[in-house]
Amino acid sequence: MPHRKVGFGLRSIGATVVNGVWRLGYVSRFFMMTLISSGASFRRIHLTIREIYFTGVMSLIIILVSGLFVGMVLGLQGYETLQKYGSESALGSLVALSLVRELGPVLAALLFASRAGSAITAEIGLMKATEQLSAMEMMAVDPISRVVAPRFWAGVISMPLLAAMFSAIGVFGGYLVGVVFIGVDEGSFWSQMQAAVDFRQDIVNGVIKSVVFGIAVTAIALFEGYDAPPTAEGVSHATTRTVVTSALVVLGLDFILTVFMFRGV
Amino acid sequence: MERTTLDMWVGAFVVGGLIALLILAFKVGNLSGYDGSETYKVYGEFENIGGLKIKAPVKSSGVVVGRVSDIQFDNKTFQALVEIRLSKNYQFPKDTSASILTSGLLGEQYIGLEAGGDEKNLKNGDNFILTQSAMVMEQLIGQFLFSKAHDEGGDKKTAQGGNKKAVVQ
Repeated sequence: MPHRKVGFGLRSIGATVVNGVWRLGYVSRFFMMTLISSGASFRRIHLTIREIYFTGVMSLIIILVSGLFVGMVLGLQGYETLQKYGSESALGSLVALSLVRELGPVLAALLFASRAGSAITAEIGLMKATEQLSAMEMMAVDPISRVVAPRFWAGVISMPLLAAMFSAIGVFGGYLVGVVFIGVDEGSFWSQMQAAVDFRQDIVNGVIKSVVFGIAVTAIALFEGYDAPPTAEGVSHATTRTVVTSALVVLGLDFILTVFMFRGV
Repeated sequence: MERTTLDMWVGAFVVGGLIALLILAFKVGNLSGYDGSETYKVYGEFENIGGLKIKAPVKSSGVVVGRVSDIQFDNKTFQALVEIRLSKNYQFPKDTSASILTSGLLGEQYIGLEAGGDEKNLKNGDNFILTQSAMVMEQLIGQFLFSKAHDEGGDKKTAQGGNKKAVVQ
């Protein structure tokens, strides 16, 4: 019956909208509770330091290697394009601006979501599946302040540091390919870069971007882990959702932040 | 893992991140070359500013002496009003002329100052009396084509005149 099909379609749309609004409210409440319970993560700082080790230090290798290769590819492709117009001396500004403004914060956030975000979700999801969170509640220990808040602040602190390292080593990769391997003039490489990159406009805005991405990725990873059904399948789905949602949110936020920060420049 | 080892790794990570930020600030962003000296504002009205942008350098004899701080459109004169911040270390005579120039063939546009001979110097809020607009490629090509056509027309007339004379003779 056609009208039954239409009724079913409308019901499913309505259910999706209601579910989406409910989930948004749940995420907001979870985020607010994390912020309110953050005091404990600063009072017992070793909890946060331990999480910085697992989210930041353990992500370092993938960030540094990726940053170096991205910088090298930018150097090579940039040179190929710029030499057609006889302006290969502008290679430094091309590499630096691309990395500091966009690729550094965005790619570091995507790698962070894949490496640290998925690990956070899996860890918390598994703690839920093995009823460790319930056990904490039974012992009157708040799992949000003991488990979630330290991981949240560790992610927020680690992300800008990782993005800065990604950009710095990327610039070195561009220098390696452009100046050392191809032979672009070293003086004009650095001077054009320094003339083009503005500290407040480019570098500070890049750091602000990476802080926002750090908040978004860590909050998504924590929520997905905390909300995961306590089964093996549920945890695996939550881990996948963390990576997919984080990637989409980072790219969407990047567009919005770029419009506000660099419009008209 | 032992707590001291953990602390050492995290400490090294934070130091590494801060060093990366310092490299970006001083080596990439040229914060070391930041000129924090005091400035004074002067204004220039141009018929056409071309592709001049805010923060474009203002140079005199090739040395950066200031930056473009604002660009507005003057509703009364129908010209572009450019606000320039010059460093107080550099003083220019009142009859200094300002021109919009291009560095290289495809480079960025900047303002070039050519000092005059007046004994009084430019002060905060003064205007440049002499300004020269940006070179617009279309106008230049148009002028070139016009002069070329004019020359060819002149040559033909001369040639025709010469023939007539020859016929008459």
